Amino acid sequence: MLSIEPSRRELNGAGDVSDIALEQQASQSVIVERTRVLARIALVDRVFHQLTRAAAVVVLIILGGVIVSLVHGSWPAMQAYGFGFLTSQAWNPVTENFGAAAAIYGTLVTSIIAMVIAVPVGLGVATFLTELCPHALRRPIGVAIELLAGIPSIIYGIWGLFVLAPFLQSHVQPALISAFGDIPFFSTLFAGPPYGIGMLTAGFILAIMVLPFIASISRDVFETVPPVLKEAAWGIGATTWEVMRYVVVPYTRVGVIGGMMLGLGRALGETMAVTFVIGNAHKISGSLLAPGTTISATIANEFTEAVGDLYTSALIELGLILFVITFFVLALARYMLMRIEQKSA
Amino acid sequence: MNAAAQIAQVKAPLTKVSMRNLDFFYGESHSLKDVTMPLYANKVTSFIGPSGCGKSTLLRVLNRMYDLYPGQRAQGEVLLDGENILDPAVDINALRSRIGMVFQKPTPFPMSIYENIAFGIRLYEKLPRADMDARVEGALRGAALWDEVKDKLHTSGLGLSGGQQQRLCIARSVAVQPEIILFDEPCSALDPISTAKVEELIDELASRYTIAIVTHNMQQAVRVSDYTAFMYLGELVEFGETDDVFNKPQAKRTLDYITGRFG
Repeated sequence: MLSIEPSRRELNGAGDVSDIALEQQASQSVIVERTRVLARIALVDRVFHQLTRAAAVVVLIILGGVIVSLVHGSWPAMQAYGFGFLTSQAWNPVTENFGAAAAIYGTLVTSIIAMVIAVPVGLGVATFLTELCPHALRRPIGVAIELLAGIPSIIYGIWGLFVLAPFLQSHVQPALISAFGDIPFFSTLFAGPPYGIGMLTAGFILAIMVLPFIASISRDVFETVPPVLKEAAWGIGATTWEVMRYVVVPYTRVGVIGGMMLGLGRALGETMAVTFVIGNAHKISGSLLAPGTTISATIANEFTEAVGDLYTSALIELGLILFVITFFVLALARYMLMRIEQKSA
Repeated sequence: MNAAAQIAQVKAPLTKVSMRNLDFFYGESHSLKDVTMPLYANKVTSFIGPSGCGKSTLLRVLNRMYDLYPGQRAQGEVLLDGENILDPAVDINALRSRIGMVFQKPTPFPMSIYENIAFGIRLYEKLPRADMDARVEGALRGAALWDEVKDKLHTSGLGLSGGQQQRLCIARSVAVQPEIILFDEPCSALDPISTAKVEELIDELASRYTIAIVTHNMQQAVRVSDYTAFMYLGELVEFGETDDVFNKPQAKRTLDYITGRFG
């Protein structure tokens, strides 16, 4: 700042000596004032810095706390059953013989069904909304999808039990059974009487519940694709399908996979709606039509009646397993993204 | 045929595209007004004029890119080899395979360099691996990019420099074997050296393709084009051989623009 002063004086023409002294005094006081302001800013900045750090640390503390209490709570069950807990499908509160296999199986299978249905439909909705939909319909459909995400899961549960399950039982499941009855592998998947409630129904409900996440996130990221990039693809004669498949989706894959993972995370942990329609049977069945259970459904159903430390501990260990599964799903997603990034770099 | 007629024949090149009374509307706004002009085969035609004068719009009519957006419509005729491409019955994908476009900003697709080229070819042809390799190499050589990328064909096209990306986009257009290539300010995002390369390339491509280029750079128009169209507020003010347009413009507005009095 001082170095500027002389040149400015030169520009103004030579001032006399007293002027120069006055100016120097004035610039001195400006400097003092500035230092004070700067010190205050620096203080505010430091406080801000600490606050943001505290916010980040809180997350770590909560996460650590959850892990510690889950491990602590499930310790008795771990000691009693060891790794056998993961492979046994026994669930007998009377003899206190517990195993998580059926719940893990049900959790994974219902989530897989949900993703198999919701991913293509969600991407289809997003494609329609961004590329094909008449302008007037865009907002209404977009809002409808977001409303779908806002419906409380208990309502999905009631609807699933009283509307969807009877419908599937009387219309869809008999058709599936007869259609796939003679095809190996599929005949096992769709074997048995149409109960209505069961893993397939739970998967359907989950698909409806995660669809809004996948659709709206995909739509948002599709909209970030520069129009000129799509025009370039159309410009060499690509069809809408080719533009989406080879340009838009690859360009937005990080966001799309993020949306899927959010959906999968919700599907794995969803409790209420699944508890209503899955049938709550602790056994692994090859048929998707058979009743089953999931980790969260088991916990929700049985926590209030869990008498005895080992029963409670087994339920907490189920919770820990769910936590680990979700962690691995997220880690896998990260790893996939990293691989994709490396390949394209 | 006598000598004079032969000379006339040489002087008047073949018309590849003929625009007749072309009007264009973005919703209410009338952005091309009664444009009638040709694009000559195997010649470079440049479009100059101040921003918003309709140059880019005109290119977007030629490959019907405007079709993607509701509320945009064209009236009049654009004859490509005698066929009116504004006819709704025209197969747009086939049309676009005949008319390539290179944009202001490089637009490599999110895939490898090789795939960027092969993508367009695969839309139309199923080639065995070896033939595809040859086509990709040919296209990259055609865009003067082969030597720079031959060792990293399977890395992402996004990793190239801006100038290389732009030449990749040109190679991609060339690979589909179009008849016309439209350039929409292809050098405005490039440094001078890359610009020189792209201009050189346009020069070479003119022997095989009909080229239309929109540019804000009048020196560029002089350097690369055989014909120049000067547009102003949606109207075609002047069209002629580039030398004539720049050296003895007929319209006062052209003179004002090229001498920098406005624009």
